[in-house]
Amino acid sequence: MGITPILFWVLSTMALFSALMVITSKNPVHSVIWLILVFFAISGHYLLLNAQFLAIVNIIVYAGAIMVLFLYVLMLMDLKKEMEPQKNRWLKIAGAVAGGSLLLVLVAALKKADIGKDIAETRMGDIGLIENLGRILFTDFVVPFEISSILFLSAMVGAVMIGKKE
Amino acid sequence: MPVNYYILLSVALFCIGIVGVLTRRNAIIIFMCIELMLNAVNLLLVAFSKMHHLKNTVNAATGSDGQLFVFFIMVVAAAEVSVGLAIIVMMYRNIHSVDINFLNRLKH
Repeated sequence: MGITPILFWVLSTMALFSALMVITSKNPVHSVIWLILVFFAISGHYLLLNAQFLAIVNIIVYAGAIMVLFLYVLMLMDLKKEMEPQKNRWLKIAGAVAGGSLLLVLVAALKKADIGKDIAETRMGDIGLIENLGRILFTDFVVPFEISSILFLSAMVGAVMIGKKE
Repeated sequence: MPVNYYILLSVALFCIGIVGVLTRRNAIIIFMCIELMLNAVNLLLVAFSKMHHLKNTVNAATGSDGQLFVFFIMVVAAAEVSVGLAIIVMMYRNIHSVDINFLNRLKH
């Protein structure tokens, strides 16, 4: 077994285990830490697929900015004094069964699909490098890029408006 | 790696996110599970872009579109998180809880 499958399985196990811990941790701060670990595992997958730009953007934007924002909000609202109220047991079981059924349906649909021999190329190819992505971003996708900057501006204005005290 | 494995991994992560949304009551955890689902989709888009690049290469840039979609999903997710967390903070200020079961006022 080469180095690529080993890395794939290690990263996948890490991602799945951390994701399970996200939804089972009692303390929300622990959930945030586990979610950061999921993001690092997914960034590792991007590196394995040679999508280096997305790997570093994933770490900077998700693990760096968004999760710190979550931690700040958790710090601002002092949740420790009352334990989080739990849903009753039947609702939890129903939720788990619903999610498991969705997993089952999607996997069954995958078994019918005719993609058995398709390979996602790992550790090769240069479409994920910042040179290529940047050129395409500023030629073919320049209009969505500008629109996303307007989206950021409106999100900023919206967050300030909502967060303002009356 | 066969693209099958990536599809299975992404589907599993997505379903874990769904189960989290359905079983938790803390609004912040639900929000984090939505982020988890977005990341599962991102991983699948990158895997498919690499598969497309290998399978039917037209020019050197075949398949970059998928990775740019991932970039735009990240942009939208960042904007969404800022507004959503502002809403959660406002909700905490008004009802002193982030329990979504207190948010059923529209029902009555």
